[in-house]
Amino acid sequence: MIRLKDIEKSYIMGSHKLQVLKGINLDINDGELVSIMGSSGSGKSTLLNIIGILDSYDSGSYRIDNEFISDLSETRAAKLRGQYIGFVFQSFNLIGFKNAVENVALPLYYQNVKRGERNAMALDYLDQVGLKDWASHLPSELSGGQKQRVAIARALVTNPKLILADEPTGALDSVTSQEVMNVLKAINKEGKTVIIVTHEHDIAAQTNRIIHLKDGQVVDE
Amino acid sequence: MERFAEIWAGIRTNKLRTFLTGFSVAWGIFMLVLLLGVGNGMQNGTKDKFNDDAINSIWISPGQTSISYKGLQPGRKIKFKDDDFELIKREIRGAEEITARVDEWQGRSVTYGSKTSAFRLRGVHPAHQYVEKTIMTQGRFINENDLLRRRKVCVIGELVEADLFNGENSIGEWVTVGGIPFRVVGKFKDEGSEGENSTVYLPINTMQLAYGYADKIDRIMFTIGDANLEESKEMANEVQRILSEKHNFSLEDERALHVRNNYEDFKRISDVLGLMKSFFWLIGVLTIFAGIIGVSNIMLITVQERTREIGIRKSLGATPKSIVLMIVEEAVLITVFFGYFGLFFAVLILELLAKVIPTGDDGAVFSNPTVDFNTALTALAVLVVAGTLAAAIPAARAAKIKPVEALAAD
Repeated sequence: MIRLKDIEKSYIMGSHKLQVLKGINLDINDGELVSIMGSSGSGKSTLLNIIGILDSYDSGSYRIDNEFISDLSETRAAKLRGQYIGFVFQSFNLIGFKNAVENVALPLYYQNVKRGERNAMALDYLDQVGLKDWASHLPSELSGGQKQRVAIARALVTNPKLILADEPTGALDSVTSQEVMNVLKAINKEGKTVIIVTHEHDIAAQTNRIIHLKDGQVVDE
Repeated sequence: MERFAEIWAGIRTNKLRTFLTGFSVAWGIFMLVLLLGVGNGMQNGTKDKFNDDAINSIWISPGQTSISYKGLQPGRKIKFKDDDFELIKREIRGAEEITARVDEWQGRSVTYGSKTSAFRLRGVHPAHQYVEKTIMTQGRFINENDLLRRRKVCVIGELVEADLFNGENSIGEWVTVGGIPFRVVGKFKDEGSEGENSTVYLPINTMQLAYGYADKIDRIMFTIGDANLEESKEMANEVQRILSEKHNFSLEDERALHVRNNYEDFKRISDVLGLMKSFFWLIGVLTIFAGIIGVSNIMLITVQERTREIGIRKSLGATPKSIVLMIVEEAVLITVFFGYFGLFFAVLILELLAKVIPTGDDGAVFSNPTVDFNTALTALAVLVVAGTLAAAIPAARAAKIKPVEALAAD
């Protein structure tokens, strides 16, 4: 479902240009569970942002489901994000003044789903990650693992085809990390494509395909 | 409701700052509405003052010469007679309703049954009703037939009736005025002073005959229709010219003739009031503007602080438009909410003022200082526009936030 061809991306850092991605070629099919590995500075986060339509690229081509993703307006990009992609971040990125169910329901708010329906759906997904009883708790009242499960429920609520997880276990201990990985694997079993960016080998080892990134290039699969 | 919750969450986190900014908006709208109310009060007061007589009228009364002219010594008294009235009526084009008047200020005793009281008398033409803005509450005013037949009829003020008739019907009854019987044909009220309402009107020629005035009259008044300021001045000048020729006084002589152009007076005062009102608006709007800048500032800080949250929202599918709306709605909510308080207190104070200041008083320059519904609506519109303006820059900044950078920010 994802086809990246010769993707290049550079940032202007003061007076000199920093080339972060130097021609990435990558195909990821429907239903794959993939991890992207690399040291910091390898360009893996940039790649993830491009795949997640959070960032633009300089040259090359990128298609999701044969739809070209380039030169999008902000509005169109936002629509595609809402439609195709669910994000899971290292730092959870829950909104502090909203409780668990409101956080999960937020993407649906931007898809104009009615309040009652929205909350019912959100509660369903919270149930799937085992947090139904925590629905009315604020993020500050949840443990790290619980927060990440709320974030996963939020990523799933719009029923996207692709889940992008950026260091999803980076802020968690090994036990909770494993819980989160189990949830992600379960999601993948249900047919969703899952891409995990990580630098932890035991996390990567649990995926079906590992892509190594070094200095902005795919070096090994 | 959902939107309100979204906005409230933003406000809640910065209560004090929001309150301080909101206060400046409340103060702005408070000043605007208060000033406008006071402006309205002054306007109403002036209108009341002019309500007594027709605004579009010119009043002419004779004076005393102060300049020697064609060998005539100064200090000569000018006297009006019936032919002066005829002359003005014939010569002044644009004069609509024209009347002469005989005044008896000291009054005469008026008797009905066993009751007697002194009231002032006026002998007038039918047109006087329009010039003086006499409001008939019962019966009719003096008419042409009264003059043709020199009828002994009178029209009495409400206070006259109240004094003599003890609440009984006066129309058709006979009263004696200075020993001569007159039949009451009408009852009136006047928005002028109390004196106006205790006046007895008689047909002018009946009055001249009955009390020995012969053809003497005291003043001439006429309305000028919808003539503009220039035309009204022209008419007043023409009156001056015609009468100076007839009575042999210098056109330079300012004391020989008193010509009062009500319209000119009204225009002058209402122009000043209009200017004052614009000034009030200006002050009010500037005060609100200061409030806008405050709100704009707080929204900028809010956007800054919520950069990460906005980034999260964008990654979850929020369009730039929805982010802009979120910021604008918050600003509008703050301005309208606090503006409403300002409006409320301003109206409260104006209502209190209206209660304290007596209205309808003779010579009052301030009356009924309230804001009407339109002004309140305008104020509300000003608030919404102000809130939107205040949000414009912060919202644009929020819309430009890139999710990548926002999510990296901490």
